[in-house]
Amino acid sequence: MDCDICGKKAKVHLTQLVGGQIKKIALCDDCAKEKGVTDPTGFALAEMLLGKTPGKVVAPVPPVVQGFGRRCPECGFTLDDLRRIRRFGCAGCYTTFKEEVNQMLRGMHKGSKHCGKVPAGLMELHERTQRLEELRGRLDQAITSENYEEAAGLRDEIRQIEIKTSTRSTERP
Amino acid sequence: MMRFTTLIKNPADWMTGEGADNAVVLTSRIRLARNLRGEPFPGWAKKEQRRQTLEILRPAVENLPCMKDAFSQELDDLSSVQKQVLVERHLISREHAARGEGSAAVIERRQSIALMLNEEDHLRMQAIRPGMSLRAAYESLAAVDEELEQSLELAFDHDLGYLTTCPTNLGTGLRASSMLHLPALVLSDQIGQVLQAVNKIGLAVRGLYGEGTESLGNLFQISNQSTLGESEETILRRLERVIAQVATHERNARDKLLEDDPEMVSDKIGRAYGVLRHAWIIDSKEALNHLSLLRLGGDLGFLPQETVKSCDALLMDIQPAHLQLHSGRKLTPEERDQIRAEIVRSRLQTLEAPDIRSTRKKNGNDPDPEIL
Ligand SMILES: [Zn+2]
Ligand SMILES: [Zn+2]
Repeated sequence: MDCDICGKKAKVHLTQLVGGQIKKIALCDDCAKEKGVTDPTGFALAEMLLGKTPGKVVAPVPPVVQGFGRRCPECGFTLDDLRRIRRFGCAGCYTTFKEEVNQMLRGMHKGSKHCGKVPAGLMELHERTQRLEELRGRLDQAITSENYEEAAGLRDEIRQIEIKTSTRSTERP
Repeated sequence: MMRFTTLIKNPADWMTGEGADNAVVLTSRIRLARNLRGEPFPGWAKKEQRRQTLEILRPAVENLPCMKDAFSQELDDLSSVQKQVLVERHLISREHAARGEGSAAVIERRQSIALMLNEEDHLRMQAIRPGMSLRAAYESLAAVDEELEQSLELAFDHDLGYLTTCPTNLGTGLRASSMLHLPALVLSDQIGQVLQAVNKIGLAVRGLYGEGTESLGNLFQISNQSTLGESEETILRRLERVIAQVATHERNARDKLLEDDPEMVSDKIGRAYGVLRHAWIIDSKEALNHLSLLRLGGDLGFLPQETVKSCDALLMDIQPAHLQLHSGRKLTPEERDQIRAEIVRSRLQTLEAPDIRSTRKKNGNDPDPEIL
């Protein structure tokens, strides 16, 4: 059987129950890797891949992960609900189920970090968050390479930004 | 506010407008998904919560400058045929039409910007333009987005971007797509190869009115799949590049068909003309496929250039809900096939039969022997 995406020889075969229907999908090694199918038994990527079939109007569906009884404090959503409706309950769910989301995102998109447009009102905060992240990365590096002078400087800079951020957030209503 | 009949009486701007590269790329569409912070997503919200969200969203949307004198309606207040007409015009989605209380549509009067309230996400905004104009469509919608950000608190995360109900839309929330007419690639059996290549780059392709794997009317939609990890600019640029390449392939295939097998092309177009001009019963599949060939004939010069536009208008007007709206009553499938044939015949009444010899002259492929 040939790969459903590129037509090369398929190595990975997925059989998935999607909406009560059995769907089969064949992938070559490269495409499997590209789509993040590292564990062919544990992923429900069929619909995501089948989205490409001409005429199929199937929205890509996130693979569903193993769930426990955890509940989103904002909307009461659980991972069992995710398995059932395959959509989240509220924006807060992304914080509640952060790890599961990260697992799901693997292979779904070109990357895992937003690099697009930011709402105008959040731009300053966003830039500061980005800057903090960059500084923390450099700090780690400085410590590993035992460059303590640079580390001290970086730590000061980080602290300053953190103070600014926390006074800002208490100012907000 | 505009009434439904007024909105629908005229074809949308993008249906009749002339865009760049209209012969191959029919339309360009941009969709942005946005949600409010602190409100449950529409599919999970209880009825009262959906109402509450709508009460926040609706005034913000109706106050947009571009929505002056717009059409704004709760879906519950529309008949099922009216909703279906909006679906056929790509102004709301099938999912949106199926949603009950607390969902609304706000549509700009020329139908080039349409906003769905409480669809899968709180807000799904869409801009459509004729031809190859993803950029212009995006810019018009980004302006709307920026305006809304002033009055709405949107759900946004510094790592995941705009938070959407389904993680497949995270990040930019941007879905960009173009509808392409690719008859020559289909006729010359190159379509599979081209679509596979497009898919390989991570773009989604689907046949437009098709069921299963077939595509009707040789219409295909190409769109981005990934929304996270790339900027809007990167997504648009890749899509533009790929669409331009596919369009070039299609144009080359058209030239090559004319050169290699003009008899086959003439026969196909001639037959399509014959059926559409003289049929009394025609189902939508047959109509779409023949209209596609007539459209090709218009582009190749077998028929007047305006044929392309007439075909585009017909593609929309022969769909089931449009037919019911046109005749003002519910129709059986048999009646629909008759009325469809009637509309097609009357629209093409003055269209003269395709002329093969004049074509070749116009295209400059071969010198006309009679002139030499
Ligand atoms: Zn492959
Ligand atoms: Zn939640």
